[in-house]
This record gives sequence, structure tokens and C-alpha cells, in this order.
Amino acid sequence: MSRMTMIEAIRDAMDVMMGKNDDVVVFGEDVGYFGGVFRCTHGLQEKYGKNRCFDAPINESGIVGAAIGMAAYGLRPCVEVQFADYVYPAYDQIVSEAARLRYRSAGDFTAPITIRMPTGGGIFGGQTHSQSPEAVFTQVSGLKVVVPSNPADAKGLLISAIEDDDPVIYLEPKRLYNGPFDGHHDQPVTPWSKHELGEVPDGYYNVPLGKAKVTREGADVTIIAYGTMVYVAEAAAKETGIDAEIIDLRCLLPLDEETIIASVKKTGRCVVVHEATLTSGFGGELLSRVQETCFYHLEAPIQRVTGWDTPYPHAQEWAYFPGPERVSRALEQVMEA
Amino acid sequence: MSEKKRLHLHVPEPEFRPGDTPDFSNVTIPKAGSVRRPDVDVSPEQIRDLAYSIIRVLNRAGGAVGPWADLLSDDELIRGLRHMMTLRAFDARMMMAQRQGKTSFYMQHLGEEAVSTAFQCALEKGDMNFPTYRQAGLLLAQDYPMVKMMNQIYSNEEDPLKGRQLPIMYSEKEYGFFSISGNLGTQYIQAVGWAMASAIKNDTKIAAGWIGDGSTAESDFHAALVFASTYKAPVILNVVNNQWAISTFQGIAKGGSGTFAARGHGFGIPALRVDGNDYLAVYAVAKWAAERARLNLGPTMIEYVTYRAGGHSTSDDPAAYRPKEESDAWPLGDPIERLKLHLISKGIWSEERQLQTEAEIKDTVLAAQKEAESHGTLHSGGSPSTRDMFEDVYKEMPPHLRRQRQEAGI
Repeated sequence: MSRMTMIEAIRDAMDVMMGKNDDVVVFGEDVGYFGGVFRCTHGLQEKYGKNRCFDAPINESGIVGAAIGMAAYGLRPCVEVQFADYVYPAYDQIVSEAARLRYRSAGDFTAPITIRMPTGGGIFGGQTHSQSPEAVFTQVSGLKVVVPSNPADAKGLLISAIEDDDPVIYLEPKRLYNGPFDGHHDQPVTPWSKHELGEVPDGYYNVPLGKAKVTREGADVTIIAYGTMVYVAEAAAKETGIDAEIIDLRCLLPLDEETIIASVKKTGRCVVVHEATLTSGFGGELLSRVQETCFYHLEAPIQRVTGWDTPYPHAQEWAYFPGPERVSRALEQVMEA
Repeated sequence: MSEKKRLHLHVPEPEFRPGDTPDFSNVTIPKAGSVRRPDVDVSPEQIRDLAYSIIRVLNRAGGAVGPWADLLSDDELIRGLRHMMTLRAFDARMMMAQRQGKTSFYMQHLGEEAVSTAFQCALEKGDMNFPTYRQAGLLLAQDYPMVKMMNQIYSNEEDPLKGRQLPIMYSEKEYGFFSISGNLGTQYIQAVGWAMASAIKNDTKIAAGWIGDGSTAESDFHAALVFASTYKAPVILNVVNNQWAISTFQGIAKGGSGTFAARGHGFGIPALRVDGNDYLAVYAVAKWAAERARLNLGPTMIEYVTYRAGGHSTSDDPAAYRPKEESDAWPLGDPIERLKLHLISKGIWSEERQLQTEAEIKDTVLAAQKEAESHGTLHSGGSPSTRDMFEDVYKEMPPHLRRQRQEAGI
């Protein structure tokens, strides 16, 4: 075991996989010599050479398109899109190409690629460095979508993503890179080095895709969350004293419905939280699934706490971010109903 | 106060529309054999003129002349003619099959047969094409089983793609033919990625990307040129300029000046412009570019100047946007006629052999069609299993798809 930040854990996953498999290559904007704007690929070029880790032109469609071509050759590329906000030029390559290649060629060609990208706000990044675009990927058949919430999961999930034979969108909540931020932006965050979840197993291990984790057991209400919102939910549960069961989805597609259904059937109440915008957000999908499978166990309408349906603002960041107060209010409402 | 000049928008128009008499006498066609053949390690700056000229080998009399000639043996030339004739006959049968309702859609190569059939002969086993929808010659030039292509076109029970893809969107890894997308331009950067992978692994294989004149306007064209140039990828970047993107003439993608080949020079990529209806010229430039790639000299861009003599697809009627006579007026002629003339002038072919071969190929295509139809056509006979609809979305079927398959009752 070593103490690691989420950045170090993500780098360690790539290091382990590059060491284990010569076909794993890593590239993206600023990822080579410099090691990435968040330092996630720091040292990899030095260790594995420019053939295996290199800088790419500023062209996200090119980065993903080239990765698809490399995968068709037989490599296993793990590419970085510098911010999730920058992924849209690559959307055609992801949706029409990577996600459908196995299907349209009946398995003749496949695209085992991992596309990493920092997601979410809380760093005063404004509208172009704060978005949470997971729902534009969960809507696509053929993709897997992963959002880790701590260093140990981040490493194990990234290893699973790189080993997966299908394309994986790997969203890294950038506000969690250095510690478990719970939405109290006016308070210091415990760094991962002083947090138990900063304990990361050494060497190779994996966390399977499609398995959620119950991070807090409780009897009164189920909170379904992922990424940064796991800690916001924990703070809200603590501050309201409501005995909430918190599910960290870890993987949105495929979705671990079993864990969700078991929990909601037990608690009879459900609150869904995510940082992304409300309308057509992934929360809508979660609500539908809970309604379809747990309707007769529900004691109250399901609540959603999400970012507002506006672009992510700069100065108004904390009015936008769905922090513990808003989650607490939803918990109280769902308990009163 | 002086009055400011009012701005106006320039929207390019083709020279001829239905009702006009097409006249291409103003198009400069260099004489066959007149364009030089540089060494493959030439720097792009030294051959800028070749991006604005047209490399040609076959002259009007059927002779093969100049520095790009004499690369193919008599047997190879006859084989090339047969490939083009096969592609044309295959297209004719499949166009008819679509009209008969045996499939939903088809795209033919009429007038462009030389481009893909000749190019393929410059590649080696293991190389990979990233084609568009109008390069079936890449398969036929390898004697790929026609019946397999027809099974795909018919979406029948033997369709290798299990009925999931639009007709002619073949995929055949073993024959160096990447799965056709149908979204335009996406394959161009993928070809560069594949070539980069070959270089990363210190392999010897090369890639070829394909794109049409219209799709060069896509951002992925730019992405491909940037990546190919930056990493000196062993890739041949082919632009098939058949003058028309459905109803849109090439000037909408290119603007009023320059050539598609010249775009390579903006990226430091050597570029050749070739007569796409000249089998020998196409083969010669492909060979030149392949040699460059294999010697680690990096990418080459090739523009094939040709003409889409048919409609864009079975859903298109070109009479609505261009004169019917334009195809005949097109100055580069018909690729099959030109190679035939060459073989006859060499004394290794005759009109009689041409007719015999035509009849023989027609029989072969008909036999393949009969066999394919015994496995079903789109709306009758054997069809792919409905269960296949849920397979191959992922390597392992996730629970939600298993549930949906159950719900669909299949």
C-alpha cells in the first residue's frame, strides 16, 4: 500500500499497464514531456519512451480518431482529453466510430480505447473547464462510462478500463484530484495523504466496471451519487443526522442496478445527486429505473439535486454547485413526505 | 464622409447546369508522359508543381509513355483490365438488384474503376485501407469472393455483417479493408492512427486513407493531415476527386483556386495529382507513395482526377443538377476503354477477347448473384437472426441488453 493522490493513482494505473502490456500507448495534449496539465502522465515518457507516451496536436477528434486507428491495428491506446469540456470535437469519432465499430463490423474490428478526461467544477474554471458531460456518453450504445471518486478506485477502475475490450469514457472529477472535497468550499480539504481512501494497493489490481459501492450504510434514504457528489452526500447525511445509505456508482454504464434496487427497497426513499445539469441528465435515467423497479417500495417522491440548467458560471460557482445544503434540504423533504 | 463599399457573399457555382452544353476545352490536361517522376526522397518544396499538374501515362493512341510508364507486366495489365470490368459488371448487376427491390441501396463506381483497382495492386498483404463507400475495387482486385459482398448487400442469412450495416459498407480485415463507416471523413485520421501504430511497433506495414473531394471539407481531413505530417506516418492519403459530392460540385469544398492535392503542401506533405482514369498512372503514383511510406519517408497525398459518371447512389438522380452530356464531355475518358486500347495497341488484346471476357465475367457475376440469392435478399428468403441485433454492442452483453433482448422476445 502507498499513500497517493488521485493524480498519482491514475498515473500509477497507466504505469502498471504500460509495464504489463507493450500495446498500451498514452498520448494527448501536453501529456508527453511535460506530463499533462494535471500531471497525470508525469514521468511516463521518460520511463517508456516517446514511442509509448507523446504529445498530440490540439485536435480532440484527431486524438480519438488516431486512437481508433491504432486500436484497429492492435494497440490499446489510453488517451487524454485535457478537459471534458474539450471533448465535443471528438464526439463523432466516439459515437459513430469507437462505440459502433465492433457492432458494424460484426467483431472484425474493435476499439479497445480509454478516453480519460477531467470533469466537473469547483476550481473556478468557468464554463469551459467545469462541465460534467457524462450524459452525452451514457446515451450511446457501445460505450462504458466510469467516474471514480477516490485514489484506490481510480487506479483499479482505470486498469479495468485499459484492459476492457470496448471503448471506455473515464471521467476524472478534478476537484477530487487532491482530496475528498465535500462541497464546503470555505473549509480546507483533507489531502488524500491524510485520508484513509488515499491508501492505494501497489502494483496490479482491478476494480470491475459495472459494480457500485455502498460507501455508507443507512436505513432511512438511499442517495445515489458518483464522483465529487459522494462526499457532498456524506456531508449532508452527517449534517442532517439522517441515516442515509450512500451508493457510489463508480460506473454509470453499465449500471449496477442490483445495488440500487436492493438499497431503495430497503430504505423506501431515494435522492439522486449529480453536478451535471438537470434536464436530460443521468439522474433522469436513475429516477426512471428506480420508479420502474421500486415504485411499490417508495414512501416519497424521488428527489434530484443537480447543477442548474445554465452554463457553468465563473463568479457564481458556489451558487451553481449542488453543495451539501441543497442535498440536506432534499433529504429533509424526502423524509417529511 | 465617404460611402463604404457594401460586402457581398461569394457562393461558387459549377460551370454547367442542366440545359447547358458542357465544354471542358478550358481545362488544361497535360500531355501523357509530360510530368516528371521525382525520386521518392524528394522534399515537398521541390515538387510543388506536381500538385497542380496531372500525371498521365496513357495517351490518346493507347500508348504508355513517359517516366511513370512501364511498371506493369502484360499479365498484370490484363488482370487490371479484368478487375475493372468485373467491378463494372458487379455494379451493373447490383444496381439492377436494387431496382428490383432485392436491397435497399447501392453505390456504383461507374467511371472510377481504375482508382481503387489499380491502387490495390501497389499494396502488400498486411497493409490496411481505410476506404470510403466507392472503393470496392480494393476487394475485387484481390479476387475477394463476390458472393460474400452480395450477401452483405442483400443483408441475407450469410451476411458477414449480420444485417447491421447499410449495403456496400463492407468490412474485411483479412483483405486490408477497414469497416466502412458511412459518416464522412472519419476514416482519414483513423488511417493515420493505424499507420502510427505500425511505426510504433517498428512493423513494415503501411496504411492508406481514402476520402472524396466533398469530404475534404470535414475537420477530420485537417486532423489527418496534421497528425500525418507531425509524426511522418507511413500512410498514403488519397483524395478521389470525382467532381461531385451528391449535387454539390467540387468548388464548394475547394473554393475557386488551387487543387485538393495542393492542400498537402500546407502541411509539408508531398502531393501528386494524377489522371484517375488512367490505370497505369494510378498504379505508378500509388507505387511511388507506397515506397516512400515503406522507407519511413512519411505520408504522401494523392489527388485522383476522375469523374462520377453515375449517380451518387441509387437514391440520386444527377439529371436534376448537371447536364446529362457532362459525363461524355469529361476530357479524361473511360478507364476501361483506355486500358483496353492500350492492350490492343500492344498487340496483347483484341475487341474479340474483350467481348469474350465481358461475357465470361458476366457469367461469373451472375453465378455469384444466384448463389447469394439462394441465401436470401433483403425482403425475402433467409435473413440474419434477430438475436444478432443485440450481439456485438459490447464484447460481453451487459445485463441491461440481456433484459431488453428478453423483452423483445427473441
